[in-house]
Amino acid sequence: MKITPISNGTAIDHIPGGMALKVCRILDIPETGSHSSISIAMYVSSKKMGFKDLVKIEDRELKRKEVDKIALIAPNATIIIIKDTEVTKKMQVSLPKKVMEIVKCSNPNCITNKKEPIVSEFSVENGSEIRLKCIYCERYVEDIMESIVW
Amino acid sequence: MSFKGKDVVSIRDFSRKEIEHILSVAETMVPAAKGQETNELMKGKILATLFYEPSTRTNLSFKAAMLRLGGSTLGFTDAKGTSATKGETLADTIRMAEAYSDIVVLRHPQEGSARLAAQFSKQPVINAGDGAGQHPTQTLLDLFTIKDELGSIEGKNIALVGDLRYGRTAHSLAHALAMFDTNLTFVSPKTLKMPGEVIKHLEDEGAEPVISDDLESVIPDSDIIYVTRIQKERFPDPAEYIKVAGSYRLDLDMIKDAKQTMRIMHPLPRVNEIPPEVDATVHSAYFRQAFNGVPVRMALLALVSGVV
Ligand SMILES: [Zn+2]
Repeated sequence: MKITPISNGTAIDHIPGGMALKVCRILDIPETGSHSSISIAMYVSSKKMGFKDLVKIEDRELKRKEVDKIALIAPNATIIIIKDTEVTKKMQVSLPKKVMEIVKCSNPNCITNKKEPIVSEFSVENGSEIRLKCIYCERYVEDIMESIVW
Repeated sequence: MSFKGKDVVSIRDFSRKEIEHILSVAETMVPAAKGQETNELMKGKILATLFYEPSTRTNLSFKAAMLRLGGSTLGFTDAKGTSATKGETLADTIRMAEAYSDIVVLRHPQEGSARLAAQFSKQPVINAGDGAGQHPTQTLLDLFTIKDELGSIEGKNIALVGDLRYGRTAHSLAHALAMFDTNLTFVSPKTLKMPGEVIKHLEDEGAEPVISDDLESVIPDSDIIYVTRIQKERFPDPAEYIKVAGSYRLDLDMIKDAKQTMRIMHPLPRVNEIPPEVDATVHSAYFRQAFNGVPVRMALLALVSGVV
């Protein structure tokens, strides 16, 4: 597999096969007006995962909230930070116990979807699949990807 | 066990031990709830009852509970004419209400509103129903009724009947009954079955609910038949509604093989689920159940104020 190396930026490895474009959507890339190079590899064979996706973005650092969003759809992803062509940091995303603000409750009648001075909050249940339970209306988010706030 | 300052938002916030404590305090409130004793535990205290949608039964029952404890109430019974119609947030209304009272009772059409209120109020908040969400005082009075009618809850055969899909109070009650190690049977038309997610949760808690759509076959073994309303709106075809409503009607013929000790409960108001001829039988417990809202709410008011 050949992907142009980047000298400065972030690589996100071990994304579940087929999810790379969703990760890009979460990170809002490509960014309008930016010409940073972006490499996306999909369905790369992987010993650990069978197939994995990989995203490399030049000149971009991830914010905490962005990493949390990625963890919701790619809980085993690795974030690699590259500076001057060297890997300076490698870390696994971790699923937080609760997520605030970054997801919108999928229940339209939930009080968090009305004009109130609060932010959404969900407890994270990590069983065979990740589930988010709204602490207000006590319902589960139906489609996490579709409920992530951009 | 202290409940002082505690909010009552969802039955899931309470352990079995805590629920048992509430029920035993409620038991001591019965004479005062009936007016046979006077009680001044809440003298000088004010209860704010904020009802953003009408619910006569729940509203009157909370007011009666506070008055029976020697306290006073203020509030509204409908959102009409309140600042909510002028666009005030619930958070702001709650901050006003908590300044005028010692406990806030909230009924609101949006799910999660009681949790929000509890976050903004320094005074305890009691959820009197948040949309299709939680209604914990209903669950507690249901449990109190079962205990009162049968002597205990554990090990009893309890059938929940009717709309188990949309009726969220049935979900909360099922959860609480699972905590008490009861034998649950869910009886509903196929289109109104208990959601798989609720059943899975119950099984995780160790319950083994039985699913049925044949009410008659369930009656002989049951200790409690808990009937909920099947709403016409749930059926696109009116003919289908009439058929279903007919086969879930608990009339004298339907209950002829019931145990003498079997009790019928219903959160009321009923429509056609239980005909009036059943009222005079030994089985009807629904009017006592409605009364039980008073001692149970008295217990909660007294507990969260820390006076018992
Ligand atoms: Zn919600």
